[in-house]
Amino acid sequence: MTPQLRDAPRNDWAEQQGSVTPLPGVSFNPFSLAGTFIYKTLVATELEIRKLRHDPSQLLTRAVQPALWLLVFGQVFGRLRAIPTGDLSYLEFMTAGILAQSILFMSIFTGLSVIWERDLGILHKLMVSPTPRSALILGKGIAAGIRSLSQAVVVYGLAMVLGVGLSWDPLHLLGVMLAVMVGAGVFSALSLIVACGVRTHERFMGVGQLLTMPLFFASNAIYPIELMPDWLRVLASLNPLTYLVDALRGLMLSVDGSVYPFWLNLSILAIATAVLSAIGGRLYPRLVR
Amino acid sequence: MSILTTQQLTRRFGPFTAVDQLALSVEAGEIFGLLGPNGAGKSTTIKVLTTLLTPTSGRATIGGYDVQRQPTMVQRLIGYVPQALSADSTLSGFENMLLLSKFYDLPRAQRRTRVEEILCYVGLESVSDRLVRTYSGGMIRRLEIAQALLHQPRVLFLDEPTVGLDPVARKAMWELILQLRQERGATIFLTTHFMDEADVLCDRIAIMHQGRVVAQNTPQGLKAGINRPNATLDDVFIHYTGNDLREGISGSETQGGNYRDTSATRRTAQRLG
Repeated sequence: MTPQLRDAPRNDWAEQQGSVTPLPGVSFNPFSLAGTFIYKTLVATELEIRKLRHDPSQLLTRAVQPALWLLVFGQVFGRLRAIPTGDLSYLEFMTAGILAQSILFMSIFTGLSVIWERDLGILHKLMVSPTPRSALILGKGIAAGIRSLSQAVVVYGLAMVLGVGLSWDPLHLLGVMLAVMVGAGVFSALSLIVACGVRTHERFMGVGQLLTMPLFFASNAIYPIELMPDWLRVLASLNPLTYLVDALRGLMLSVDGSVYPFWLNLSILAIATAVLSAIGGRLYPRLVR
Repeated sequence: MSILTTQQLTRRFGPFTAVDQLALSVEAGEIFGLLGPNGAGKSTTIKVLTTLLTPTSGRATIGGYDVQRQPTMVQRLIGYVPQALSADSTLSGFENMLLLSKFYDLPRAQRRTRVEEILCYVGLESVSDRLVRTYSGGMIRRLEIAQALLHQPRVLFLDEPTVGLDPVARKAMWELILQLRQERGATIFLTTHFMDEADVLCDRIAIMHQGRVVAQNTPQGLKAGINRPNATLDDVFIHYTGNDLREGISGSETQGGNYRDTSATRRTAQRLG
């Protein structure tokens, strides 16, 4: 005998006129609007984290790139002493830049996963559920932040081995975590916007490459802004990565290497995340067309 | 009483009209089939009805709620199984269900029992902890139906529910669909390319061609209506949509939508096979 669903409604439609009252057992907005938004964002995060738990291998493969930058590029350029970095050694200077780069690379492929989910129909299913689209986007951003935290652990480990003077002040560590999360939010929202624009894997791969390298080079990640020609300085000051690097550089090291105050960096990143997520929420339906 | 109605429903993509002045009316408790060649506008229609696309003009209501103006209310009334395989293969069956129950605001206290109950209903309780990657095509489809049932929807949208399934899994899916209607009084709105499937399952059928409904009746009525002895639903389909190759070409001006539909179908079939 097939099991029956206990609470199955049976042909009760005809008795109802006009609008429908919620079924018992299906609650409508259990929290306030903001509460619902936060709850749905966390569910979207949980979805990503559960996937990561089933297959954490990408965390290891992604750790290779920052290792190469610090161990090879950093060592060689540190020896050259070609780049004036003030009180910091070159290796110390670039440590924050490499962590920011890992965050950028970790987050920029969020868009690719969304295109993949669109092709599979997962995205359709989520978008048909009563879930604000910007909550889906923010959830992905938070998940990218959590993945990026694993990169922070790798970068801290490598920096320690290489003798970089790190700050272990708990407040500084907390600030780093915050900056990592918000920075990941910026770039995953940005990549979702790109995904909504290009809509296919092939084009995203191209644009993704086109986007990450200029973002990285037009920033203070591996050289100070003062070395740049004027036009590049303007670009760097518009680049959110610059503020992420500066925030990290101010907190990660035993010597404060930042240019701007931490609250300013964090505010810029937070505003960028909010604006980009909102834009992404508006564009999201384009993906399922 | 109609649970789903559309009036002059139109959706354009640039100069192309995918759905043209569509008028449908689906009764509560019936299985309604939407048939038509590729590019006829079936997918666009389903996307508008499930709130994924907004109509260009006209309106559609489900349970009295307007899909454009009250999307959240509509979303709570409908279940949707997209044509592509929408279960997440990197999660277990149970996790797929649990997460969706959270997206649908099922109260915490009821989640687990509800999820287990439905998994049992579709016969997946013994494999619910396995990753969906290891499921057969028929099992994935049943999991997706289970997901769509979590919040007790009044209307279930099934977009080509048996594409890519082997004959045994297809028959099992038919039985599940008929059982859903019989035991739950569910209204089911489905699209399909298989005429035998439409014949077995559907109480009423609408045939779409180039964005318009060209015929709408019971399967028997459609077959009787074309003045041919022993007509099959295939004959009906060809009668209304034309078997001419040129028609097929003119039907594909969907801005690549047709190509995408076709490649999506192939991908689904591949993953299932």
